[in-house]
Amino acid sequence: MKEEMSRIVRTMTTLIYVFIMVYGFYVIAHGHLTPGGGFQGGSVVASAFALLVVTYGNQKTQDFLQKDLLSLLESTGLVIFICFAFFGLGATFFYNFLSNSGSLFGSSATIGVNPGNLNTGGTVTAMNIAVGIEVLAALGVIVLTMSQASETIEKKEK
Amino acid sequence: MIGNFPFVAVVILLGLGIYTLIFKKNLIKIAIGITLIENGTNLFLITLGYRKGAVAPIYTQAPEGVPMVLPTPQALTLTSIVIGVATTALILSIAMIIYKKYGTLNSDEVRRLRG
Amino acid sequence: MSGILTHAPALVIALPLLAAFLVPIIGRFNRSKGLGWFVSIILGLSLLMTLLMANHILSNGPLIYVFGGSEPGLTLPSGYTVPIRIIFQIDGMGIFMGIITAVVSFLGAVYSISFMEQHSGLEKYYTLLLLLTTAMYGMEFTGDIFNFFVFLEIASIASVALIAFRSNLSGEPAEAGFKYMVVSSIAALMVLFAVGLFYGQYDVLNMATIASVMQFTQLDKIALILLVTVLAMKAGSVPMHMWTPDAYSEAPAPITMILVAASQASLYALFRVTFSLYNITLNTVVIGWIIIILGVLSMFIGVTMAIIQKDIKRLMAYHAISQTGYMLLGVGVGLAVLANPVALESFGIKAMEGGIFHIMNHAMYKGLLFLTAGALFYRTGTRDLNKMGGLAHNMSYTTVFFIIGAAAIAGIPPFNGFASKLIIYESVYQFNPLLSIIAMLVSILTLASFVKVFHSAFLGPKLEQYQKVEEVPKSMVVAMATLACIIVFFGLFPDVIVDNLVHPAVMALINQVNYTSAILGGM
Repeated sequence: MKEEMSRIVRTMTTLIYVFIMVYGFYVIAHGHLTPGGGFQGGSVVASAFALLVVTYGNQKTQDFLQKDLLSLLESTGLVIFICFAFFGLGATFFYNFLSNSGSLFGSSATIGVNPGNLNTGGTVTAMNIAVGIEVLAALGVIVLTMSQASETIEKKEK
Repeated sequence: MIGNFPFVAVVILLGLGIYTLIFKKNLIKIAIGITLIENGTNLFLITLGYRKGAVAPIYTQAPEGVPMVLPTPQALTLTSIVIGVATTALILSIAMIIYKKYGTLNSDEVRRLRG
Repeated sequence: MSGILTHAPALVIALPLLAAFLVPIIGRFNRSKGLGWFVSIILGLSLLMTLLMANHILSNGPLIYVFGGSEPGLTLPSGYTVPIRIIFQIDGMGIFMGIITAVVSFLGAVYSISFMEQHSGLEKYYTLLLLLTTAMYGMEFTGDIFNFFVFLEIASIASVALIAFRSNLSGEPAEAGFKYMVVSSIAALMVLFAVGLFYGQYDVLNMATIASVMQFTQLDKIALILLVTVLAMKAGSVPMHMWTPDAYSEAPAPITMILVAASQASLYALFRVTFSLYNITLNTVVIGWIIIILGVLSMFIGVTMAIIQKDIKRLMAYHAISQTGYMLLGVGVGLAVLANPVALESFGIKAMEGGIFHIMNHAMYKGLLFLTAGALFYRTGTRDLNKMGGLAHNMSYTTVFFIIGAAAIAGIPPFNGFASKLIIYESVYQFNPLLSIIAMLVSILTLASFVKVFHSAFLGPKLEQYQKVEEVPKSMVVAMATLACIIVFFGLFPDVIVDNLVHPAVMALINQVNYTSAILGGM
């Protein structure tokens, strides 16, 4: 995947890229209300990265998404996740200390059919976001590394 | 009878996966075999929680009084899928390293470790 | 103090987990030895907490820790109580394995400080090492069967990446990693299938609850066969041992030592399934004999394959298979007579004590031997026994440690291998004399094989190319010396260990009621 694809593909990618990203972050943020969550949303975002690799080639994508930065983001997401688990140590590890507390993500959920309130769920919501960051970064690194490696293999074959 | 179809599919998937593992020599095909077994297992788990006529267990969208399907097997399956992604990524990258070093994916030609 | 003890079961795995995620961030700013020290300190803290818990558990009984809530269960409006939360249930057996994991992973990290210094990508190495440790603790402590599957997979993924870590120079590590990945994926998926079978029948994932309602239906039999097969495979028993020599010989030496403990965690799971989950509902004689036969085959085939090896780590890996056989034999005899109280009292418990004591002894001396092999590799750059020679002149500490390890594995008196093997010989002789004789024969062959290694690696004149070889760096010597001290201590005072650690572990396995009531009573 060395060369860029045609202008039509590139233009469409630029258009769709934004929508995929927005959808991915929507899935991450609504993890506690709808099916989905950190992992699913993160994979959607990472698929946008894969689209970039296919369209623009490996080199240009590497310039746009720095792998170093993504690895840092990956560990940061994980550290945030485990920190929320540690904060629950007042009761037990992983205790949901934010739920129904009235602070961030702390509203109590309404029973029955309703549109859903984003500000509920306690640490579940916060952990979903942390996992989302981790997964999008990790899968992004995987996509970039694999495309890079396949390029070197192709070079060797020639 | 029709309710048992998913289990038949499970058996077929597991059988195909094991067949691939035993008889195929290509490392990528072995990876596919593992994925088949994994999907068979996931299908088995998700089928366990199914109830006829029940709705998806979404808290904010399920009407009152209607039974929901059991969410635990779905959570288990989700965990297993996430682990499966990690496994597949790892196994493919190792296959890639092997191809880089040996120039082949045939497991008969790769074998340096013997005895 | 009591606050730490309350949360110790969570902190033991949470600290390495937090450190695993912090290491890549720290590694960006500090690429020197600091990383190794940081990891060693974290694992040292885990070791201290494990010992603290051991002290508590051995005097006050099992420790139960509920994640994310105060009660393990949930009472439905109808009055039906079901345990839904993930719990850690640590009894005598669990903490026994936990101590092995703690010691081995801590010393592995200390050894790595110097051993891995020259490598690049160290932050990834230490992340994986910490994840592997976390997963091993999790497998040993968890009381939830699905959680066990998750930790099993984490352990597999981390160890595969570690086995293939040195594949920048040659393709063999990647090859060994691929083999192990296939084996452990299949194993983990079959465990998951068995979990599905349990969940479909009993609607719970908590092991103690499953044990208390176990019916031993046809599906349970299938689940038992799946679990015993794949866990024996993960523990490296013959005839499913093909991954062991490759994986053990290609991994870096400290990782090999931890891998030994990781496969023993699978062995622990095998015992946990047969004793705590099924106990006397299964046909103990048949399953017991199956485990005994697996053990005898492992002992014999392992040692005969080891004698012909030229690669020092491959040779030791085959010995690891052979020693696993002793553990299976000892515990298998205990399982075979489980339904017979008289025989259990007269020799069954003794046999199990021998088998379980051997787990700890094996982790210590096999760890020491792999570390000495790593030390030889560090200085000579080869694992081929034919290319070594005369190293005793320059590497005196390593030589002494190798002698201690080799004497222990061969079962020579003042060392720990002798203590556990003697218990196995005596008790198994009362069960079936032939098995005991095979075990002794294997022990003699082991001695022969290690005499050969000692002769070709250490004795003889100084070789030309190894004139300037020096003793290995301090951190490696310290790790090996600690293991050597443990071996000698266990060998001199086996009674202390057997009475205080091993016997409670055996009783925790045999008394299924204690295991189930700890959960159901607390609900």
